[in-house]
Amino acid sequence: MAFSQAGAAYQMVTNGSSDSVAEIPKAPTGIGGLDQVTGGGLPRGRPTLVCGPAGCGKTLLAMEFIIRGITEYEEPGVFLAFEESAPDLIANVASLGFDLAKAQADGKLVIDHIDALSGEIEESGDWDLEGLFLRLGAAIDRVGAKRVAIDTIETLFGAFSNATIVRSELRRLFAWLKDRGVTAVITGERGEGTLTRFGIEEYVSDCVIVLDHRVTAQASTRRLRILKYRGSHHGTNEYPFLIGETGVSVLPITTFGLSHNVSEERMSTGVSRLDSMLGEGGFYRGSTVLVNGTSGTGKSTLAAQFCDATCRGGERAMYFAFEESEAEIVRNMRSVGIDLQQWVDAGLLKFRCLRPSLLGLEAHLFDVQKFVSDFEPAVVVKDPVSDLLRIGTEADVSAMLTRQVDFLKARGVTTLFTSLTAGTQPGRADQQLSSLVDTCLLVKTLEGNGELNRVLYVLKARGMAHSNQIREFLLTDHGIELADVYVGPQGVLTGSARQAQEALEVSDGQARAQDLEQRRVNLERRRESVEAQTAALWREFEDEADAVGRSLSHGNTGAEHVAGQRAEQGRLRQADAAEPSPAGAAVGVS
Amino acid sequence: MTRANEAWLSLVESDEVWSLRLYVAGQSPKSLQAFSNLTTLCEEHLTGRYEIEVIDLVEDPAMAEHDDVLAIPTLVRRIPAPPRKIIGDLSDTDRVLHGLRIGTGGP
Repeated sequence: MAFSQAGAAYQMVTNGSSDSVAEIPKAPTGIGGLDQVTGGGLPRGRPTLVCGPAGCGKTLLAMEFIIRGITEYEEPGVFLAFEESAPDLIANVASLGFDLAKAQADGKLVIDHIDALSGEIEESGDWDLEGLFLRLGAAIDRVGAKRVAIDTIETLFGAFSNATIVRSELRRLFAWLKDRGVTAVITGERGEGTLTRFGIEEYVSDCVIVLDHRVTAQASTRRLRILKYRGSHHGTNEYPFLIGETGVSVLPITTFGLSHNVSEERMSTGVSRLDSMLGEGGFYRGSTVLVNGTSGTGKSTLAAQFCDATCRGGERAMYFAFEESEAEIVRNMRSVGIDLQQWVDAGLLKFRCLRPSLLGLEAHLFDVQKFVSDFEPAVVVKDPVSDLLRIGTEADVSAMLTRQVDFLKARGVTTLFTSLTAGTQPGRADQQLSSLVDTCLLVKTLEGNGELNRVLYVLKARGMAHSNQIREFLLTDHGIELADVYVGPQGVLTGSARQAQEALEVSDGQARAQDLEQRRVNLERRRESVEAQTAALWREFEDEADAVGRSLSHGNTGAEHVAGQRAEQGRLRQADAAEPSPAGAAVGVS
Repeated sequence: MTRANEAWLSLVESDEVWSLRLYVAGQSPKSLQAFSNLTTLCEEHLTGRYEIEVIDLVEDPAMAEHDDVLAIPTLVRRIPAPPRKIIGDLSDTDRVLHGLRIGTGGP
């Protein structure tokens, strides 16, 4: 009996975990990225603990949870503040574009500031925190709140000396919040060796989010981790998060998965020979392209020409430039016959020119996401990504670019990164990046005959029957052109050597043609002479055959003649007729 | 004895009426206990010169904001200034007297 019950319970558990529909209901936070890493939001109707050190952004996260609830999900909220006053809070988030005063006036928000620490409080006998409950309950009822944020409840431990009562009352508070069915965010200050200074995490068991604030290589990064989420799957990584112009943004590392739609459609690179080198038609839409090359090899030009082709097709392109200003790029590209200004004017091309050091890595990632989300380009160019190494370690840059590639792929954006390599070795970022990208083009310079010439080849192109040949990369007054290089015993020839070789080939060809003609004439002559000789031989042969014929007929008559003569002689002699005579002569005699 | 304390003594010994406010939550045992303990104490130490205002937060939760009341019961000494807070069922008379600054000197 006991076994069968246990079996049934086990069945239920496995059903619950295998069926995603059976997951607990969630309240979306509306905070960019957080809903992705939590698999849809915070546990609805339950308290969530958000803890971290001072200045990690927990107050803002809690506030944004309330604000997004009001603005995006029609869920009124209560913000119970123990630390900051209501005017301070309103001013703090006004810079992020949130109008709390209006939400309050509309009856959708209550900001209740409790100054728990004002004045000394004498304790005499037993007490409880019913005042807090009543006050919070009244606020919830006033606006019909579905969401509650309490920031920072642990202040109460400083206000009252009897920690035992505070503890038991907090336990009661979290149970009470659950009973009320509000989705709550409770913030806590991180303690020594514990998640929160007073260990309140033991009362909040449904969902615990830990925030952190770290400085590596002079760049500060905020990170978020979901420590626990009962009854739900969740991302376990540390996710960088940012406090940007529009509030908190969590940047999922792998949340996008590898499930983006794959397009068969090709996008022209703007260089027709390159299109044909890549099989037919150019890059796949939504793929990621890396153009690797040493300094001055025309990477930016290639990128600009791709943008130009995209805009020509009526689609939008976004150009993130880390080294040049918009005006510089437009001027420089005009010199090779690419007019980008027309596309800027037409609203099809947008530049974002920024030194990467101005933003941190995470801020940069967020910046790109924001612009891409707003502008919705078909093509994004980042020129060059190697500059990002100035503001982060290799691992950080590669992790950031991975997330960026995932983000862009998920949106079906075709991305072109350029990367500056020093010398012939692939750059630091490229090795990491190479496995990320679908197509990798290498542009490099070849030195020879006192010239530096550019060549391009396709290092890799996933899913394309691409050319394995090196092409000379020419910057002409009408953009990029690719020319065949001469490959011969002297190696790859480019530039004037290639032209010389071409000229050489032309004259060689002419010489060969003359030679061939000569040989043809010779052959004709030889044929004539052979024919003449053959005719002579035939004549000789015929003469001989005649002669033989003649001799044969001569021979027959001669024999008869001899026999006749002998018979005649016999007659004449009339002697012994029995004289042996050959053949017919004797017969003739008898 | 400082001048401030002299002034305070004269105040305690004056005829000024003390204004006390007791926040309670309905008829809970702790609330009833606190009211009972308070009246006993006032009768003994502030005979004839005190008034007690009882505020039931169950009926009017918004009143909690006036004195930032969280704990129940909370006794607030409003007059004489400055305001002082004592929480609990007021069963520890010494602590209440200390909290109210009755017979201890100092504000």
